[in-house]
Amino acid sequence: MKIVNTIPLSATRAFSQPTEFITVTVAGQLLGLPIGRVHDVFVVNEMTKVPLAQSEIAGLLNLRGRVVTAVSLRSRLGLQEDVRTGRRMAVGLEYQGEAYGLLVDDVGEVLKLDPNEMQPNPVHMDRRWVNLSQGVHQLHGLLMIVLDVDAVLAFEAEREAA
Amino acid sequence: MDDLLLEFLTETSEHLETVDVEMVRFEQDPNNQAILSNIFRLVHTIKGTCGFLGLPRLEALAHAAETLMGRFRDGMPVTTPAVSLILATLDRIKDILGELERHGVEPQGADDDLIAALDQMANAEDHVPDHAPAPANSQTIGTLVHQVLERDLKPGEVSLDELERAFQEAPGPETEKTSGKLVYQVLERSLKPGEVSLDELERAFREAPGPAPSAGSNLRQISPVANADAPSISPKKDTESSDQADGGESVGGKVQTIRVNVDTLEHLMTMVSELVLTRNQLLEIARRNSEDHGYKVPLQRLSQVTAELQDGVMKTRMQPIGSAWQKLPRVVRDLSNELSKQIELVMQGADTELDRQVLEVIKDPLTHMVRNSADHGIESPAERRASGKPEKGIIRLNAYHEGGSITIEISDDGKGLNYTAIRRKASERGIASEAELERMSDAQIAKFIFHPGFSTAAAVTSVSGRGVGMDVVKTNIELIGGTVDIRSEEGRGTTFTIKIPLTLAIVAALIVSSKDQRFAIPQVAVSELVRVSPSSEHTIERINGTPILRLRDRLLPIVPLSKVMRLSEDDEAATGFVVVTQVAQQRFGILVDGVFHTEEIVVKPMSSKLKHIQLFSGNTILGDGAVVLIVDPNGLARMVGSEGQSDEFQTDTSLEKAITAADELTSLLVFRGGRDSLKAVPLSLVTRLEEIDASTIEWASGRPVVQYRGRLMPIVSCDDELEIRTKGMQPLLVFSDGEIAMGLAVAEIVDIVEDKLDVELLAERSDLVGSAVVRGRTTEIVNVAHYLPLVLETWSRSDQRSRQAGTLLLVDGSNFFRDMLVPVLKSSGYRVQTAATAQDAARMLSTGVRPDFIVADLELPGHSSFAFIATLRADAQYRSVPIIGMTLKPDPQMMALARRFKITDVVSKVDRRGLLSALAELGGSLEEAA
Repeated sequence: MKIVNTIPLSATRAFSQPTEFITVTVAGQLLGLPIGRVHDVFVVNEMTKVPLAQSEIAGLLNLRGRVVTAVSLRSRLGLQEDVRTGRRMAVGLEYQGEAYGLLVDDVGEVLKLDPNEMQPNPVHMDRRWVNLSQGVHQLHGLLMIVLDVDAVLAFEAEREAA
Repeated sequence: MDDLLLEFLTETSEHLETVDVEMVRFEQDPNNQAILSNIFRLVHTIKGTCGFLGLPRLEALAHAAETLMGRFRDGMPVTTPAVSLILATLDRIKDILGELERHGVEPQGADDDLIAALDQMANAEDHVPDHAPAPANSQTIGTLVHQVLERDLKPGEVSLDELERAFQEAPGPETEKTSGKLVYQVLERSLKPGEVSLDELERAFREAPGPAPSAGSNLRQISPVANADAPSISPKKDTESSDQADGGESVGGKVQTIRVNVDTLEHLMTMVSELVLTRNQLLEIARRNSEDHGYKVPLQRLSQVTAELQDGVMKTRMQPIGSAWQKLPRVVRDLSNELSKQIELVMQGADTELDRQVLEVIKDPLTHMVRNSADHGIESPAERRASGKPEKGIIRLNAYHEGGSITIEISDDGKGLNYTAIRRKASERGIASEAELERMSDAQIAKFIFHPGFSTAAAVTSVSGRGVGMDVVKTNIELIGGTVDIRSEEGRGTTFTIKIPLTLAIVAALIVSSKDQRFAIPQVAVSELVRVSPSSEHTIERINGTPILRLRDRLLPIVPLSKVMRLSEDDEAATGFVVVTQVAQQRFGILVDGVFHTEEIVVKPMSSKLKHIQLFSGNTILGDGAVVLIVDPNGLARMVGSEGQSDEFQTDTSLEKAITAADELTSLLVFRGGRDSLKAVPLSLVTRLEEIDASTIEWASGRPVVQYRGRLMPIVSCDDELEIRTKGMQPLLVFSDGEIAMGLAVAEIVDIVEDKLDVELLAERSDLVGSAVVRGRTTEIVNVAHYLPLVLETWSRSDQRSRQAGTLLLVDGSNFFRDMLVPVLKSSGYRVQTAATAQDAARMLSTGVRPDFIVADLELPGHSSFAFIATLRADAQYRSVPIIGMTLKPDPQMMALARRFKITDVVSKVDRRGLLSALAELGGSLEEAA
């Protein structure tokens, strides 16, 4: 992620290092998380709901003896919760020393992309999405949004500021 | 910062703590050579190390202090100013060390003032005019010579400690040249090698390099504590016992120790916690599979080893409470000088161990309470003499284990709490009305000192009296699941009793379920379990929809867990279990659907994103792998009501509840009053029904009373038209409110009916709530709250009516908030009327209710509150009535709306104190306007 920021757009191709992304889908939209931030990808078995919690927090998970806070990416993106039951996937992240699991619809492959090819967010994109996105990559027939992991997990601070 | 410096800092601050304590002891016992040599040696070590590390400022200070102490050793009398000066020097050294720790370099500055004073003091008494001998005394070679000489001079006097002192001091200079205190320790230890026992820590870290033999010694002591930021303990322990023994070897520990980074321990703890969880999961699987594939025996072993390991690691987190007390002798000494009082600090049970996390939390509260005792508790010598007590006051600290918790008592033999002053202050501050205060027991009155900003001190001193503190003390202690209690006798002293759990990491918890979700409730808070169902002996009853359980003649407020957790909208839950919970003095029942078992759970902190939810204190993973939230009984208690409210207040609440209009089925006791009028009162308010022989009614100061259960119970007639009988049998409804009971004389008890209570409110008569149609007949609903003051008046020593702060209309849609706010407002002297909806409120106003204030929830359904307020503001009659809006979250948007509707003030719904102060302010301005 840092790499993305520090490489100037004018840098020549030869110097740019490809960034690896883990792709996830939410409501049919492809999103990418910088691989360096992702600790693991796991299937959500049993989740404990936390009464009175913010809507973004889906619950608590037991990930190999660690209690992980599950955050719904759908909710963060302002989408309706998925009502379908079945296998739920989560991406394990760390933010400010605490473990989080980002709930997604599905986890896809790992993509190597050239940071130079990242495009800025379209100007008319939803505000919520703009806040969580660093830019857009054009793939074959698909667009992948580069998620800003810190922004995704910074929802409480956001609320306080409001 | 390099390691050497870091090591120096930790070590030196440990030494300084010891010197502080020893110095105070020395002042009291100036002839104790052992203490002096211990202090001397420690300061000398500090000086030596400073010189070695190139810290000139510290070295100069330590040197000057050492010089003065050298004079003491040579026989100079020990005076309080001299000790104060040395303590001041130690403080300066601590300051410099603090800077050093932050910036890695010695701060700029000069200590000429202190050094000059020290030198002057050192030279004053004894006529040693030139500087030379004194420094020589402490300089490397000098000391050695001195020692040798001394020994040569007094060969007959060689006692153990003399010998030892000489022995210890002799190598001192070498230390300076080589590397600090390592040599010291080796020497000390070789002195007493037999006394060393392997401690728990050692066992847990057997493979750690610590015990590796160092040259010339088979034992290598580094420091008694594993905790880097807490001061050493073993000197402290010795301090406790050294009156008879040679204090000179305090630092030479009796336990073999090794310094371990706290992080390492924490990590170890986490790993063990994981291990425990995994073990539990394995055991769970084993339980489910009856077949033994030969793994059960090893599993048992694993289980046992895990338990032992857990125990061992837990012990590494344990620290004697003495380390939290270490600063106190100094604190008390300084205070007694400052306040010109004579105070002795007695500490018992300093070796009682508890979790270091807990220790950190209680350290400051303890210091605060000791300061309080010294300032407020202990009287001046003159006062003490006058009241026939020894001039020297005693503050006693006592710690001991009791069950799974540790009890700490802080007691003084001072003047005790001035209940009269507290009562007066409580009523001045509007925390409770005078009538209520009259009814409260001393124990309840004492609790007021835990209110924020409460101080009865006539003058604010530099020590205390500013009214900050005791509430913080209480909050801190409650934060770790502890309780604090107070017991005081006027003229005899005050005792605070703190009860805290031994550890925060592993607790026994009751696993319960509510709406298919499991929760853990810490066992310490649970006092009993009651099974409830509509058909059984214990049934949940409702007063205006608020669930109540009658348990052994007491009304227990019930909190349905599913409701507070917002797991279900269904409010009618009536079957399940009531977990009777006790938090400090507050009792309430948590209604759950099922109770499973108790389990030792490892408490994991809540994620920072969820910390704001007061209801949970943490989470844990159960044996079956599920994550479960730990309910915080304190958080729940805060939701049930303020803790300042005792049971009596809660009964009061139920009186109020009956007044609020109810549309649910209510059990009513129907009776006849004067002229055969039908009256009714909610059954839940009635304690007993009695029929007494009218001849037993006596008249005391013009009021009828009857001897009832060993007490005098006043009797009131239920209305003016009914005369209390003088012969035959007199039926009574007995209402009791805490210790106070009242008999309501009625003509005849008719029936108990269950009916929908639809009360037409009548404002002009305070003895009636209103009238209702019960079983097809018009019945007057009696307001019990009306009679209690009548009765109280006959009892109270003063004729004063309770202070009336004005009438108030409370409009709030939630039963919960109404029930919570009404007693608070009442206790502040407001006459409170409540309405659940804006429509109700409008109706009440149209029936002639004239409130001085209106407190309204701004979040009533459909913005009806704003519509209501708008109509009020449009009406000339109500244009100027102050309206306080309550909102769950006062955000700017809400504030703007409030301004537009000319709402006088907006407070947060949960901020009761804010509401009271807003009301008090408005009250003040009303009076001014009048």
